[in-house]
Amino acid sequence: AILQGCFVFKPSPKKRKASRETVEYFREGNSDAEDSELRFATCQSLWKQVKLETEQIEEELNKQLFDNLVNFLMRSHSEFQEKTTEWTCRMKSREIPTAALVLGVNVTDHDLTFRSLSEVLQNNVTPYIALLQAKDCPGIKHLMQKLLGQLMNCYIDVDSSEEEECEQISPNRIRCSMASLISWYESVTKKTDSETPGKKRNSSRHWQSPPVVVIFKDMESFTTKVLQDFVVISSQHIHELPLVLIFGIATSPMIIHSLLPHSVSSLLCIELFQSLSCKDHLSTIIDKVLLTTQFPLKLSEKVLQVLINIFLYHDFSVQNFIKGFQLCIVEHFYSHPLSILCCQLEEAKKRVSSLSQNQCENIRRLPSFRRYVESQASEKQIALLTADSFLKETVQKLLEDLNVYHENYFPVLRCLHVFTSSLPKYPLGKQIRELHCACLENRVWETEEYESSLQLARMLNKSDLVTMLQKCVEILVSSPGKEFDKIVEKLKEFLTQFQKLEEACQERDESVSSQKELQKKTDLYHLQKTLLELKESRRSKKLTKFEVLRFEIVDYIDSLVRNYLVPADHKTLHEIVYFNTASVLREHLNAAPRIALHTALNNPYSYLKTEALRSDGGSISNKAPDICIVYKLHLECGRLINLVDWLEAFSTVVMAVEGPAADAASSDQVDDVIHARFIRAVSELELLGFIKPSKQKTDHVARLTWGGC
Amino acid sequence: MPNLEHPAYPAAALLRLESLVPCRESQVSTLLSIFGERQHFSFPSIFIYGHTSSGKTYVIQTLLNTLQLPHVFVNCVEHFTSRLLLEEILIQLQNSSEPKQTSHVPCDTFNDFVRLFKQAIGAQDLQDQTLYVVLDRAEQLREMEANILPAFLRLQELTDRNVTVILLSEIVWEMFRPNTGCFEPFTLYFPDYSIGHLQKILSQNHPPEYSADFYAAYINILLGVFYMVCRDLKELQHLAALNFSKYCEPVVRGEAKERDTRKLWKNIEPHLKKAMQTVYLREISSSQWERLQRVEGEPGQLKGLSAHSHVELPYYSKFLLIAAYLASYNPVRTDKRFFLKHHGKIKKTNFMKKHEKTSNHLLGPKPFPLDRLLAILYSIVDNRVAPTANIFSQITSLVTLQLLSMVGNNDQLDGPRYKCTVSLDFIRSIAR
Repeated sequence: AILQGCFVFKPSPKKRKASRETVEYFREGNSDAEDSELRFATCQSLWKQVKLETEQIEEELNKQLFDNLVNFLMRSHSEFQEKTTEWTCRMKSREIPTAALVLGVNVTDHDLTFRSLSEVLQNNVTPYIALLQAKDCPGIKHLMQKLLGQLMNCYIDVDSSEEEECEQISPNRIRCSMASLISWYESVTKKTDSETPGKKRNSSRHWQSPPVVVIFKDMESFTTKVLQDFVVISSQHIHELPLVLIFGIATSPMIIHSLLPHSVSSLLCIELFQSLSCKDHLSTIIDKVLLTTQFPLKLSEKVLQVLINIFLYHDFSVQNFIKGFQLCIVEHFYSHPLSILCCQLEEAKKRVSSLSQNQCENIRRLPSFRRYVESQASEKQIALLTADSFLKETVQKLLEDLNVYHENYFPVLRCLHVFTSSLPKYPLGKQIRELHCACLENRVWETEEYESSLQLARMLNKSDLVTMLQKCVEILVSSPGKEFDKIVEKLKEFLTQFQKLEEACQERDESVSSQKELQKKTDLYHLQKTLLELKESRRSKKLTKFEVLRFEIVDYIDSLVRNYLVPADHKTLHEIVYFNTASVLREHLNAAPRIALHTALNNPYSYLKTEALRSDGGSISNKAPDICIVYKLHLECGRLINLVDWLEAFSTVVMAVEGPAADAASSDQVDDVIHARFIRAVSELELLGFIKPSKQKTDHVARLTWGGC
Repeated sequence: MPNLEHPAYPAAALLRLESLVPCRESQVSTLLSIFGERQHFSFPSIFIYGHTSSGKTYVIQTLLNTLQLPHVFVNCVEHFTSRLLLEEILIQLQNSSEPKQTSHVPCDTFNDFVRLFKQAIGAQDLQDQTLYVVLDRAEQLREMEANILPAFLRLQELTDRNVTVILLSEIVWEMFRPNTGCFEPFTLYFPDYSIGHLQKILSQNHPPEYSADFYAAYINILLGVFYMVCRDLKELQHLAALNFSKYCEPVVRGEAKERDTRKLWKNIEPHLKKAMQTVYLREISSSQWERLQRVEGEPGQLKGLSAHSHVELPYYSKFLLIAAYLASYNPVRTDKRFFLKHHGKIKKTNFMKKHEKTSNHLLGPKPFPLDRLLAILYSIVDNRVAPTANIFSQITSLVTLQLLSMVGNNDQLDGPRYKCTVSLDFIRSIAR
């Protein structure tokens, strides 16, 4: 099992109810258990907000796709209901309407998408929806069983008054055939028909014979036979049962053709729907959740990098990204006693005034605060270090500063992104998240990339510059920061200057033409001379007005950056709102089981913490657990290991210190106890997947790993 | 063409039957002579085979319906277990006279079936007529229990009633014959429709607004384009219905008369060719095609399914897939040369290598162990890759996406082996 990861469908996240136990977790095993309950409450409320926000974002992002799908479903069977008598409809073979829903390779996110999809469909189109998963349907029989079970249960959900009647037919007892499904559908639609006058709500949402939607969640994993049979069967009954299929596809729609032969795919009427790419999805999430002042907790550069790397390198899963963010929240509030101050500003100020003495000490111990103290005058230093009330006042002020910093930071970051994202080759990254990371890492204006992007910005043409400035004005006007009035004014001034420049430009054109006329009169020699002069003058000539203005603008932007995009860890009290222990996150989210196992076996001290195990550098101590000794010995062997030699070596190691006194008694014969210990250790290794019995040679086992990891 | 004649059935019914089954008269008359009169015992089992949409199901159904012979019609794909199949036959038998009365009788074995079948025949008053049991898509019977097929073949003998079993299939009888031997049914072959037959059958159902000749001319053009790729009658009929409105367009606008076949041909021919590349291959759906026709848009703006063949993969998944491809198509002994920095010179066996290079892609992917995949991965990725759980889980997810496939036993401890199932083009596109 070491060789292989276990994949992908994590159990649904445990509901963190606000029970006592979870709060206790926060207190236990935590050296500074200061205000643990308050921290827990803050953490929970923050997570709730984040969750709500992300769900909303997802809903918005999926809206387009779902609208298209709903339209498709509405259309799919209505055509046939309207004009069954027409010649073309009689002649055309009736195909099963099929939506090929391409969702991308982030399989973990699909579950959520399908859940919201079926919700949307239930509200708008039809109550009859079945979600099928490949692992539940190894054969057509199981598929039909699942299908019938889900459809008949869903009927109960919709109309609870009929419950008793339906429950009598448990899915085990009904015949799992299409015929029973059809008779069920007929009875159900007839019932709603007769009830329509009484039940307006139902009839308004769904029309008379709503389609039956069957969703195949993971098309790729279904076996060809099952799909083929199902399509063939249902195509024979499409007249009686308005069926619509939805194929959830992770790779590309070509999979339909590779799974279904032409004779089967010709029974389908396939339309393609594509969801938003997961990268865009992530950008929106980052933009709306991380790059706002809405949520007090921020991520430091390293943490964000870890989360983004996991996303880009490994799974493309937005859900996992959000889960990672959740972990950050929990970890921050769990490990940091001062995290109670990580909340909205007013609340935080209130909390500051009621801080305990211990917490005040905690603040004084913050490195950023110490730096701040050192920069103050000496009386003030003493006051800060001794008087709690003065400290609280200062902290309130500092928190305010931090808040203002964030309010300014994000709009200016966006403005800078407007500039850098249009430069050729994107020296500071195409995405705003890359720019954000660069700004957090260190002073961005000291980097080479920034220098080169400024160089490039100085070469932008006018129309680009104008549109960028306009965009920046928009961003700054819409942001809540208080200091932007002046900046907006300045930018607008630049824009008007551009307009003036345009007018001036036209005038100058005329003057140039007059100059040309002058040149015409002179002879060749003079012409050459004047041209040379012209060239000279151009080289040394002052910059044009436009160029001057451009320089001004770029310099102004530069000054903005230097002013507002100071990295967060230069700010006092940043530790309170920034989560920055990336190593914890990496350990939890990007686990390396093989390495962990190797360390455990190779260096048991790292986990057991027994002093006796401490010493060894490379030698094998006999105090280590048997399995460690066996493991270390086996590292020295080749592909095949001789059990007898291994046992010899093992017994030598174990006996080595156990007593030179007993040495005399020990003969060639290995002690039974040692033999048993050896066998146990070897079978433990086998269980862990390091070795396996081999048939190539008697009394040999084969190694399954190479090297020492 | 032989006219259908049989003393046992009224001439009017026979005439109607003849009009309903064009180009299948000889087969129908053979069947009629085997069936004999209503009360006659017929051949115990008849096996009818022929290619897809050569009219087997349709002919048998119309034959039995127009002559009002008692019959049961069951599709073996739909009733995928023997139990479902047998029960369905019994239910249809019970309902043939009095519908809406579904008393469900469990029927697990063929023995039960024979008993219940006798009862049902007794109850339905069918002793003096031949009952026909038609099993469509009979090739599915082979996958059920071993006794089902032989038992159906001699159902007459087992039940001792006047019953004939008709098996319809697309494959020949030789593929059915069980090892243990069985009763040989009477086999009847339905040959493919020729182009003349197709023309005749398709022209039969012309739309009421237009004359038969006009439609026949259209069918002629249609067959000219599609006959090379498709002889499936159903599919052709579908395509004919889809594209007919386009054909009529000049006539509707008054630009051409119904007789101007040449003009009409010029109008429709490129359209049909486009249809062959899109709708016929199910690149775009027929409803989308119809909508396109209505709005007169360029079909180019609507991309087919294969236009979306690009797959976005996470960074390491890409490398894993590339590594898997390399492992699948390169022989093991070249690994050292390709992926090691200081490899020893390999002896020049140019001739051998060339020979191999051509054959490797033809031979298809070879399985490789996990270790080799990882070793190649480590050497093709620039920076260090930690063997984290995420890397391993990506291998599994590639398997579920069917980009890799697991070979052999599923014992994870035993060193799993994989195969790369994607094409060189795919690898090229992700390697970009």
